[in-house]
Formats: sequence, C-alpha cells, structure tokens
Amino acid sequence: MSNFRINKTNFVDQTNRISFKFDGKTFFGFKGDTLASALIANGIHLVGRSFKYHRPRGIMTCGSEEPNAICQINDKSNLTEPNVRATEIELYEGLEANSQNCWPNVKFDIGGINNLISPFIPAGFYYKTFMWPKSFWKSVYEPLIRKTAGLGKSPIKPDPEIYDHKYVHCDVLVIGGGISGIISAKLSAKNNLNTILIDDKKELGGSTIFQENEIFKINNKISKDWLINEINEIKKLKNLQIKTRTSVAAYHDYNYLLARESLSDHLSKNEKDGFVRQRLWKIRAKKVIIATGAIERPLVFNNNDRPGILLASSINKYLNYFGVTCGLKNVIFTNNDSAYEVAISLNKKGIDVKIIDIRKRSESELIKETEKLGIKIFWNSTITSTFGYRKINSIEIMSLSEDGSNVIGEKNKISCDCLGMSGGWTPMVHMHTQSGGKLNFRETDQVFLPKEFSDNRISVGSSNGHFELDEIIKLTNDTVKKFLNIQETDLDDADISCSKELEKRNIWLLPNYISIGKNKSFIDFQNDSTAKDIKLAMREGFKSIEHVKRYTTTGMATDQGKLSNMHALGIIAETAAVKMGSLGTTTFRPPFTPLTFGTIVGRSVGKFFDIVRKTPMHEWHVKNNAEFENVGQWKRAWYYPRNNENMHQSVQRESKAARDSAGILDASTLGKIDIKGSDATEFLNRVYTNAWSKLSIGKCRYGLMLNEDGMVYDDGVTTRIDENHYLMTTTTGGAANVLSKLEDYLQTEWPELDVWLTSVTDHYATASICGPNSKKILKKLFSDIEFNDQNFPHMSFKNAKIGGIDCRIMRISFTGEHSYEINIEAKYGNSLWEKCIDAGKDFNITPYGTETMHLLRAEKGFIIVGQDTDGTMTPIDLQMDWIVSKKKYDFIGKRSLYRSDTMREDRKQLVGLLTDKPNTVLEEGAQIVHEKNNKPIEMIGHVTSSYFSPNLNKSIALAVVKNGRKLKGQKLLVPMRDQTINVTVSDFIFYDKNNERLNA
Amino acid sequence: MFLINCPYCGERDQSEFSSGGEAHIERPKQPTELSDDEWADFLFMRKNIKGVQFERWNHSHGCRKWFNLIRDTSNDKIHGIYKMGEKPPKV
Ligand SMILES: [Zn+2]
Repeated sequence: MSNFRINKTNFVDQTNRISFKFDGKTFFGFKGDTLASALIANGIHLVGRSFKYHRPRGIMTCGSEEPNAICQINDKSNLTEPNVRATEIELYEGLEANSQNCWPNVKFDIGGINNLISPFIPAGFYYKTFMWPKSFWKSVYEPLIRKTAGLGKSPIKPDPEIYDHKYVHCDVLVIGGGISGIISAKLSAKNNLNTILIDDKKELGGSTIFQENEIFKINNKISKDWLINEINEIKKLKNLQIKTRTSVAAYHDYNYLLARESLSDHLSKNEKDGFVRQRLWKIRAKKVIIATGAIERPLVFNNNDRPGILLASSINKYLNYFGVTCGLKNVIFTNNDSAYEVAISLNKKGIDVKIIDIRKRSESELIKETEKLGIKIFWNSTITSTFGYRKINSIEIMSLSEDGSNVIGEKNKISCDCLGMSGGWTPMVHMHTQSGGKLNFRETDQVFLPKEFSDNRISVGSSNGHFELDEIIKLTNDTVKKFLNIQETDLDDADISCSKELEKRNIWLLPNYISIGKNKSFIDFQNDSTAKDIKLAMREGFKSIEHVKRYTTTGMATDQGKLSNMHALGIIAETAAVKMGSLGTTTFRPPFTPLTFGTIVGRSVGKFFDIVRKTPMHEWHVKNNAEFENVGQWKRAWYYPRNNENMHQSVQRESKAARDSAGILDASTLGKIDIKGSDATEFLNRVYTNAWSKLSIGKCRYGLMLNEDGMVYDDGVTTRIDENHYLMTTTTGGAANVLSKLEDYLQTEWPELDVWLTSVTDHYATASICGPNSKKILKKLFSDIEFNDQNFPHMSFKNAKIGGIDCRIMRISFTGEHSYEINIEAKYGNSLWEKCIDAGKDFNITPYGTETMHLLRAEKGFIIVGQDTDGTMTPIDLQMDWIVSKKKYDFIGKRSLYRSDTMREDRKQLVGLLTDKPNTVLEEGAQIVHEKNNKPIEMIGHVTSSYFSPNLNKSIALAVVKNGRKLKGQKLLVPMRDQTINVTVSDFIFYDKNNERLNA
Repeated sequence: MFLINCPYCGERDQSEFSSGGEAHIERPKQPTELSDDEWADFLFMRKNIKGVQFERWNHSHGCRKWFNLIRDTSNDKIHGIYKMGEKPPKV
C-alpha cells in the first residue's frame, strides 16, 4: 500500500509510526507527517467533494492555501473542529479525520448530480434560482443547501481546552521563517535589537530547507545546507525569540499584530493534557519585516481539478520533505522555470516525469540540466483536458498558436497518475496591505508588489517579488541593512550561484477547442467557480472586481482566494481588454488564516466572561432565595419567592407588604458621586434643570439632568452634606456615564470651576426602608434620633451611628411611602442589613426586589430614566415642567428646550393608561393607536411601564402618546396579536396624589 | 489600534482611550442669545473631514483626563497631542 513513501528525509521520523483514522478507516503515518502527507503516502488523493458540483477533489497543496482537503477533526469529541486543512494539521496518534462536504460519502455522492446538471448552474445561480417562491426557502432550498453544501459541523458542547492571550513588545518582528526571514532575523538580532521571528510551520526554513539542486549554492554550499547552518546559528542568539507553529492573523495600525500560536494541536490526547491549546499574541513591534514568501499559482485549463492534480512545488515538498511521491507517472505543466526543479527531483529519485511548457523555448541552466537528464519537454503546448474519475489517469495536450490564443495541430494523449501545475508565483502581500500599504503591478511576471516601504515596515524576499536566489539574498541584505541602519554584514560579499529564468509567458485562461461554455476550467476550487462564470458575470454587466467576486463567489471560501484572485483578475482584464494593473485588487482582510473562537476569547469565558458586581448584602439575598436581575454588571435582587410563588405572586405580596407595613430594598447599586469644592453649588446649577442655591445644609433635592439636546439623561437625589460638599446619586446603569460627562464639562468647558468629583458607588452600601412602620423600625435602630417631621422632615439627612459605626440617613422616597435610606461604609453593609431585618421583625418587614420597586414607583407615577424615557423625551414631554427652572440663565440642555421641534405640542408625552377591564395588563412596548379602520394605521405611542397594582387592585400603565397632555379621559386602542385592548388615558399618578403617605 | 501618547501618562494602547469627537467647538457662553440655527450649528454640525482633523480624546481607562489630538482620519497618523486650553501645534 505505502509504495508512495520512497524517500528518507530528516523531517519525518520513519522509526516513529503513528496510527490515525480517515473516513473511519485506520492508516499509518510517521511522526513529522501532516495528515495530507500521510494520506498521499497511503495512496489517497480523493478527500472531498467540491462545493457546488460535488466533483471529486484531491489534495492540491501543502499549506494554508489548500482549497480541497478540508476535514472535520475528531467528529465524536467535544472538540470536533470543522474546516481543518489536512495540509496543515500535524499527524498525532489517534487523530480522526473525516472528509467534509460529501453526503452520503466521499465515493458516492448524491450532490454529484449537480455536476451532471451543471450547464444549469451558472454564476449567480443561487441568487437567481432561490429567489422564488418565498415559501420554498424553509421547506426545500435551505435543508437542501445545508445538507449538500454544509461546510462541516460545529461542536455542540463547551470547548474543554484552555486558550491564552499574551502581550509582547519588540524592536523588530520578522514574519516568515523562510530564507529571507532567517537572514533578516539574524541581522536584526546580531545588531542588539530585541527580535521575534514567527513562522507558521513546525520548523524554520521555508522551501529552501529541502532544496537539493546543486545549481543553487551559497558560498559553495548547496542552499539547503547553508540554510541549516544559519538556522543553527540564529538559535543561539540571545535576543532572538523564535516562534514556530505560529501564524500572524492580522496586521493593524501602528505595528500592532495578532498572531496565533498552536501549542498542543500537534499532540495526541495523552500528551496534550493540561496544555494551553492556542495562544493569541498581541504584538507591538517598533519595526516589522514582512518575509511571508509567495504562493504558487495553478493554471486554468479544462478539468484542472481532478484528484492527483497538485501545485508543482507541493509535489516537491511531499517528495523532498516528507519522502512521499504523489505519483509514479508524473507530468509537470508549467509556464516558468521553478517547476523544472520538481521534475529534476523526481527524475533523480528514479520516478517517471514529463514536462509540458507553454513557453516556446528557453535555455536557462535548469532547463539545460533537465534536457541533459533526458526528461521529455513538450514546448509551446497546453493541456486541453484531463481524464480519470477518482484520480487522474491521463491528459490530452495540443500545441499553442503563435499568439497563444488558440490550440493547433494534433491531440496527443499522455497517461499519468499525477499532474503538477505551475502558473508562476504570487507574492503574499496580505500583511503589507493589511497594514495600509499600497501595491504596484509588475507587468513582466504579472504580480502585485508592495509599492512603498515605511520607516517601520518593509517586505523582503519573494513577498517583495524577488524570486531568484541571488536577488533574495543580496536584496534582503541590502534592504534590511538600510532599514535597521546596519553598516556591514557577512552577506555583503556572499558568493551565490543559481539558475536565472530567461523566458516568460503567461496565459490566464488557457485556450481550448471546446468552447468556454462547455469546458470546466476552475479558478476557485473550493467555491467551484470557473472561467465561464466570470465571463458570464461580465456579460451581465458586472465590471468591478469586488462585484464579480461576490456574484461568482470567487475567492470567498475559507481559503479567501489565495489561489484564485489573480486568475479572476487576469481573466477580467483579458475579457475587458484592459491592463490588469489598472483593475486594482480585492481587499485583503484579516485574518490571514481563520482563528478559532477559543483563541479570540482567550480566558474570558465562564465566570471571567464579564465582570460581575455584587452588593455587600448579596449573600443574604442568595440565602433568602432571591432571584437576581442583571442591571449593567450588577446583580440585583429581583424578587424573593416564598413557598413556590411565581414572580407575579412574589411581587404582589412584596408590594402589598411595603405599603401595608414595611419593606426593605438593597439600593447599594445606585450611582454615587461625591462632589466637593467652593463652586459645587454653581456646578449643580449648571448640570441640573432646577435651582440648587437655596438648598440648605442637611437637605436633599431631586434633580433631572439633560443632554445638551434637551433630552432627559439621568436623574437622582442629591444631598447637601456641607457648605461645599454634596453627595449625588445617579441611576444604577448611568453612574459611569454621568461621571464621565460631568468630568468632561469640568475639564473642557468650565475649567475655572473649583469642583472635584469622586465616584463612591462601591464605597457605600444602602438599605432603603419604606412603609407606614418604617419610622418605628428606624427608632429601634437609632434610639438617640427624634423621628418626627420637625426634627427630621422629608427630603433631609442626618449623620448617625449604628453599633458605633458612622452612617448617613436620608429621608427620601422612591415608593411614595414614608421612607429612609441608610448609607454605611460598604464593609458594614451586610451587618446593617441584618440589623434592619432584625429590628423590622415585629413589623413584618419584607425584603423586596427591583420588580416591586418598579411597581411601587409606577403607582406613584415616578419615571425610570431609560424605561419611560428613550433619549427623545424632554422634561416637558414627561410633564415635569415644575423641575425646569425659569429663572436660571443657563443649564445643560436649556437652550434646546426652546427649539421649534422641542416646543411642538404634538410630541409624545407621558400619560397614564387604564385598561377598561381592570384585570387586563398591557404588554410593555405595545403600540397605541387611535382607531384601526383607516389604513395605514397611525402609531401614536407605546406602553413604557405596565403592572397589576395590588394596592389599587387594577392594572396600571405608563405610556408615551402623541399630544398626550390633551388626551386625558380619551379612549385609545392597544392592538395585540389575539385581541384589541381598550384603554383610557389617565393621570399618570395613580396612588396617593396628595403625598399624604410621605408624612404619615 | 493606534498608540496614543497621553500628555499625562505617556504612550498607551488605543483601547484605554475614548474619542470625544471634533475639538475646539466651544459651548456658547450665552445660549439664550442664539437663534435656533446658531444653536443647532453648535449642537449638531460636525465637519467629519477626510484628512487632518482636530479631535478631543479622553484617557478613560487611565488618568481620565481630556486632551486634544490631531489625527489624519484617512490613515490614522497622529500629528500632535496637546492639553486642553493649549494652542494647537502647527501641522
Ligand atoms: Zn493619561
């Protein structure tokens, strides 16, 4: 079986046998193999089906550009992973891989019928066909597409692996560990620069590391041996950090890069236990050297997608790096010299190989050696078709016409079991363009190259368009010297010998006697788009590359068009008869290769997902069976169910108890800002709508804060602690934003004010006790204070002590009941709370949560900013005219209250709503209309708060309604899915209109 | 993700900062004297230029100080940073 493993190399340990499963069958490979090399060694090329036509597809490359060999890994575990490239995953004991995108299996594939009806699946087929009829989507199209075209399965259980993030800073980051990257890293590190070298493979060296041809020599050593020596040397350098199995995913502004390091993906289950799986490096580099190399281009000809057709350079890597041959009868199809190295390699191992070259002739050194070895070369020829279903078995070739636009002469059939194609090389300019760099087009070999270098970013080697060995070494040396300000280096007079390419010929779409409409010349192998699709798109009027790309889906698969973009551009340029350089390219967006979600999220999972803020009384709430509500990052007690109560029942009980006797609320989460300074009063005058100058020490006042556009922003009670000292409270959710906004005004608009703001939200815990018996409870807690309306009136505060600890008592109310808030240093919060509960026992003190608080305040018609307001409500809209000072010359938002729009009478205004059937409770958010008969129906408002009030024994709601002020007593409709609810506009204060209970 | 040289703390990652929009739009001292159009101009109108723009930034996850920053919005190059109340440097 494994007669394809024909060579021993230093990179695969053939003494270390590893078993793995592919599509349920057990195979063997060796330590050092990738899944792809092990499969090829076992004679397996067919690994999947194409996306649209379900044609059999084989391994095509040996790297991240792989379009076909895409697998589902470890299908039965928590960690099953889709879309893994067989060419990238290293083999480990127990690896289980399945081919994707073929149903029911890779050899018999029902979707393959698409291939037979393919004349009917042109570009935009999905857009055109699946438009109609609408009802077919759910029942027919979607299940069909999902079943036949699904790109793998995502795991359904939590990911058990650990992921990490790490920040690093360096002087120089070198991306790419091929020959030019190694040269750059050595120069940098040897010149005392703190350097990081990153490469995505398991070891350094790029493609030079297995280059055995004697034509290519550096200082009289074969380039491979020279490079191995260099690698050994740089490994000794102290200020060079080498990161292999690490790929740079994104290159952002200011040399901020993200790289993913794979730490345990190559290990078996037993070996990886406890390891971090992948680490995201967040790198800030002073300077970046891009040495990402180039990717070989396929050639576009009829049936260029059969299993057994690979990139020529990949055949070379499988042979010389992994020791595996892809075929025993090979054909190399090329338009350039580099593929001749592959042919020579195969020939020297005694493997049959022929060459088809679209060029007319060349006399370079490589070609002379090829001819000397007796390898047959078909010049000026092209392939017109290939044959073989599960693997290629023969090809048909013809000669090219003088200008290359046609085929001429005899058809000639050649049998083979492997075809290598080489259409030249595409520099990997992704990193350069991601960082904001522009590109130039080089006509001679049709490549896009970095247009400019900056002071802190250069490209070297083949990613900068240098493909000949002498150029790579000399120009990398020169460029890096200049970039890093280095005077002289060992490479200044290096002696380099190599073959130079003398002839070039490029034809983006190779001609055929079969018309373009009838042949299958693939451009994007993963998304199955062909040259015909691109031509069709252009006939239909698509001109821009970005549009053609989306319409034909070329370059939009998981390989992101690494192999296809250039051909798509070339064919567009040829068809439209314009210069390719004038078309521009599609945008290269990060990530360069896909990142796992685990890597992106790192350790921020589970309880580290977000900050959770808990009040000092939190444990008490837990012990007393509270359900919690998230308010921003806070956990707030929502309600306290007793004896299997549901939420409604709990809230009804809590609300009744608070008004009948006493209730207690944990109000610690309210935002608290300590305000000090000789201009504190003036400051409050400017930020609130009402006046503060006359508030005496020891008194509290409610304030409303607007945005400069006049809309309500926040509210809360502020207490004057001392002459120049206030304590402001804000809404729970608004605390941080209010502080930022106030700071902004202080620093940028009113720097002359002597005011100092400190956030003290977390410093104090607050217990709020309300109800007719609250005074009695407070008396028990603070025996030395006289709780009567003279000594301690509503809206005032007192300093007090409880158990020897200082606290502040505010007599303020958000429920309409006689009520007190006790503030104490946070660490005593729980103890204060327990004392209150204890003192309240005789009065049936009932802890209540946020839901009851909302209900009680709604009974009183108090707004909640953010629930009854939405950033479009002025105080006038809220019918709170009383809080807007007419005397003050200015405050934030004042001028906006006199704009024509804010003075409109038909703005939405706050009203109360009563349902005609008192037991019907409206849904919050429900729309309100005048009448339902004239269509379109005008939406005149919506419900903002709605409850069943146990104290009034009926349903109550707050709403905002157009011109609501004038609608009191009128009937309106609230249409719901199953009924239309009749409501009457009412006052929005439903309970205790004269505030008698406050002073009860 | 650019680096911002906070005039109080030094160079920090952009994620520590928040942008406050166009700089040098002073809140009118006497808003009541302004016409609707003049007030609307202060309130809503921003240049939002492609090119060199003067902006307000806040070191919100650091010293919490506001300062001004000159940024080319087309390439995010920062051409100058100066404290509130200071004259902008020449670009
Ligand atoms: Zn700072």
